Amino acid sequence: FNPYDLIHPGIMSASAIYFLDIKGKVLISRNYRGDVPMSIIEKFMPLLMEREEDGTLQPILPCEEVYFLYIKHSNVYIVATTRKNSNASLVFTFLHKVASIFIEYFKDLEEESIRDNFVIIYELLDEVIDFGFPQTTDTRILQEYITQECHKLEVAPKPPPAVTNQVSWRPDGIKYRKNEVFLDVIENVNLLVSASGNVLQSEINGFINLRTYLSGMPELQLGLNDKVLFESTGRGRNKSVELEDVKFHQCVRLSRFESDRTISFVPPDGEFELMSYRLNTHVKPLIWVESVVERHVHSRVEYMVKAKSQFKRRSTANNVDIIVPVPQDVDSPKFKTTAGSCRYEPETNSVVWSIKSFPGGKEHIMRAHFGLPSVETDELEARPPVSVRFEIPYFTVSGIQVRYLKVFEKSGYQALPWVRYITQNGDYQLRSQ
Amino acid sequence: MTVGKDVSTLFPDVKLVYLYLMNLRAKTQPDKAIMAVNTFVRELRKILIPLIRALAMRTRTCARLRAVCVAKLHDIDPLLVEEQGFLDALKELLADSNPMVLNAVAAITEISDSAQTDTAADMLCWSGQLINKLLTALNECTEWGQVFILDAVANYMPTENNEGAKRVSPRLAHANAAVVLSAVKVIMKLLEMLDPNSDFQEASAPLVTLLSSEPEIQYVALRNINLIVQKRPDILKQELKVFFVKYNDPIYVKLEKLDILIRLTSAANIANVLAELKEYATEVDVDFVRKAVRAHRSLRDQSRVGCRALRQHPAGSHPDQGELRCPRGHRSHQDIFPQVSQQIRVRHWHPVRKLGHPLDEPEARASMIWIIGEYAERIDNADELLESFLEGFADEQTAVQLQLLTSVELVQQALSLATQEADNPDLRDRGYIYWRLLSTDPAAAKQVVLAEKPLISEETDLLEPNLLDELICPHWQPGPPAAFVDGRGGGQVAKATKGLPSRLAAEAGGAAAALLLVVATLAPGTGAPGRPAVSVIPTQESLIGDLLDIDMSGGAATAAAAMAAASASTNQQPVICLARDWTR
Repeated sequence: FNPYDLIHPGIMSASAIYFLDIKGKVLISRNYRGDVPMSIIEKFMPLLMEREEDGTLQPILPCEEVYFLYIKHSNVYIVATTRKNSNASLVFTFLHKVASIFIEYFKDLEEESIRDNFVIIYELLDEVIDFGFPQTTDTRILQEYITQECHKLEVAPKPPPAVTNQVSWRPDGIKYRKNEVFLDVIENVNLLVSASGNVLQSEINGFINLRTYLSGMPELQLGLNDKVLFESTGRGRNKSVELEDVKFHQCVRLSRFESDRTISFVPPDGEFELMSYRLNTHVKPLIWVESVVERHVHSRVEYMVKAKSQFKRRSTANNVDIIVPVPQDVDSPKFKTTAGSCRYEPETNSVVWSIKSFPGGKEHIMRAHFGLPSVETDELEARPPVSVRFEIPYFTVSGIQVRYLKVFEKSGYQALPWVRYITQNGDYQLRSQ
Repeated sequence: MTVGKDVSTLFPDVKLVYLYLMNLRAKTQPDKAIMAVNTFVRELRKILIPLIRALAMRTRTCARLRAVCVAKLHDIDPLLVEEQGFLDALKELLADSNPMVLNAVAAITEISDSAQTDTAADMLCWSGQLINKLLTALNECTEWGQVFILDAVANYMPTENNEGAKRVSPRLAHANAAVVLSAVKVIMKLLEMLDPNSDFQEASAPLVTLLSSEPEIQYVALRNINLIVQKRPDILKQELKVFFVKYNDPIYVKLEKLDILIRLTSAANIANVLAELKEYATEVDVDFVRKAVRAHRSLRDQSRVGCRALRQHPAGSHPDQGELRCPRGHRSHQDIFPQVSQQIRVRHWHPVRKLGHPLDEPEARASMIWIIGEYAERIDNADELLESFLEGFADEQTAVQLQLLTSVELVQQALSLATQEADNPDLRDRGYIYWRLLSTDPAAAKQVVLAEKPLISEETDLLEPNLLDELICPHWQPGPPAAFVDGRGGGQVAKATKGLPSRLAAEAGGAAAALLLVVATLAPGTGAPGRPAVSVIPTQESLIGDLLDIDMSGGAATAAAAMAAASASTNQQPVICLARDWTR
């Protein structure tokens, strides 16, 4: 390895792509550049297992002069081989995109789905990447000319105009009887609480998903109560939200956003993620969990778990699951709760306390009792954190508001926008004592 | 497909042509059809050249195919392409405003990497005008195209481009992680050239958001962030908490986050970091725990705040009980011990009883002996413990013997055992070295052996500045995968480059190296009185003296110098690195 390779790397991505089953056998593969022997893939699984045993597992594995860059989805490995210094983030984002294309086509990406759809997969692999450069990866476009029923020879000889248009994500000539747009504002709350009860990290990952059923080529403009926008237009005193980091779908005109915070775009048809944002929050954790563990070695362990909903009373959290880790070798579970029900899940070594409906400003307690084996194991016990799942509809932590969604289309129709808000758990963890 | 037939009628579609070419090239059996291939290629040339020339008639649908075709042809037969003026055709493509021209960009970059003729290389020179054109095209390309443009721009940056940063910064808001990373790279490079003192805060938020992506992308982002933080530590200094390790992070993400946490530690946040590292010590993954514990120790050494916190822990009970139960964790134990013992005197330590069977592992025993030797002053019953170990000296494994040798106060006894009765040459050598050292210059011996150990472990090795520069700009994109693998944080890369002086000292002969490896204290003069003085040592005329004449004196001097140099500068990794090898 010569460090000076760094200075002039190529920008190429994959030499070849393989789909492997869980044992490392090749299900389907595609060679794009011909500069790497396809048989090298036989070395992938032994290398992976070796690294796993050593504890040195990484997503990028070198093997002779080749690198394996891989992701895993259910029981399928998607592996790209590259020879030169390729752009690893490009390869990984691309591999994930390929996985999502397959999921859209086949409902799920599993060994079964690959075995059942070889022909169409070959066509897809042909279309999405060319000589190592990713090409069209928009599923809607791909579905125009690679469909389940088409055989290869019947594929249109020319790629559809959308491939060569400037608006590569939306084909021409869409028509709907009723023009509607649905917005979903989803906020995922990430929380990390230390063992001593301090909030280490509390942030929101927000997403605005759109479902558009609009004819033609409409221009949309979205108005939010964005703090930067308000301050620049003299509305600084109104309630606004400070978005720390915003990411947009490729259809949004980024330079316009940068200059005057306008979010304008021609949307893809159907469902897509328009934007995501991130912000740190200092509000109280929405669901607060405290647990006390009493462990009597060789006989029993008792848990007392208290859960508090710390949001306004008008709102209610649904489908709350509080997952409390328990030691590996417990038996005879017994539970008592003031709300909801508990079940012991031995496969994940945890107790799941489920509360269907948890209104704001309330507190509930659960007690659990387990027997411990009389022989103590000497193994080191992991201490996973307590995690919580929940969703709170019609509620956002950040206070973000969709003020308007304007739709302009040359035929001049009126489109109805619908908005709904929901807050749910992201990575919500409270470390155990 | 038989050889010799006129193939032109079979491939009306250009796309199929090069598809076939690629497949052929990939699948060709050398022994089988090499002649066929040659003939075929010859035939194909006859077809392709006019075909491609025909394609010079602008047809939109073929634009991207044209570009890719040229690139592939070039791969097969570079001279053909260059001679036939296809490169001109490519440049023409660039002038086209069609976003599919992206492929031309990619093709050109690839071709220029492997250009065979000088004219080709020159023709592909980038101009400021071209760069501007490409940046304008950013808006109209697919996300993949944007990555290519940004990467190309980063590689071929002209010397003056004040507008560049502004044109590129909107890309930081793109949903695709690869676009964001490429944009960050371009902007970093621009900043280097134009405004080295700017703080580039706008990159901070997008980089942090990348850590919510899929784990592989997190990993690539973390590797890049690691480099950025070394170069410009102020960029992420507010974002410490983002790098706190989560329980369900994959191991490679955990290790990277830990590395960055250590780098981001400052006087302002060290208390938080120490608290967090303590939490990590109870995780299951041994490598991770070890790294966290060492980091904890080294950071704590640099901060009085940490010391005060530690004093609260009573002697004999260690903050990380989990550590003790893990035999391999014993190694880390020897790192954690200092933090307890520096403040406290261990009255009567019964390691054997306390720790039970972990001491069955020779490594653990070795560690234990090291601890005892190192902190002999602070363990009152050290001599008893060591004596008990010494009794079984002959039975112990080599590593343990080595440890004992360095730790034990009963110098003479141990030395004679080692030099006369041991089978292992390393052991004998080391015995001789100590003997010789002590006989020639006890003061120097004391200096070498009792020298202050430099702080910091290999965990936070800094890259040599020049290499760091090169890694960051022009192109540090995930670094080559090799850098990831060869050494975390590029440590091995640093080792590979020249100019690390202590390394040279290490290479100067095995005996000198052995001296460098001395970490434990011999401490003649501390501890129990009544031990035989170390003056009973063989004379020059003895066999031992001859053996050691080779490079001993030089070795001693270099070793002492190296130790002194190393302790003078913090954050130098090589000495500790070697020491760790030895204590294995």
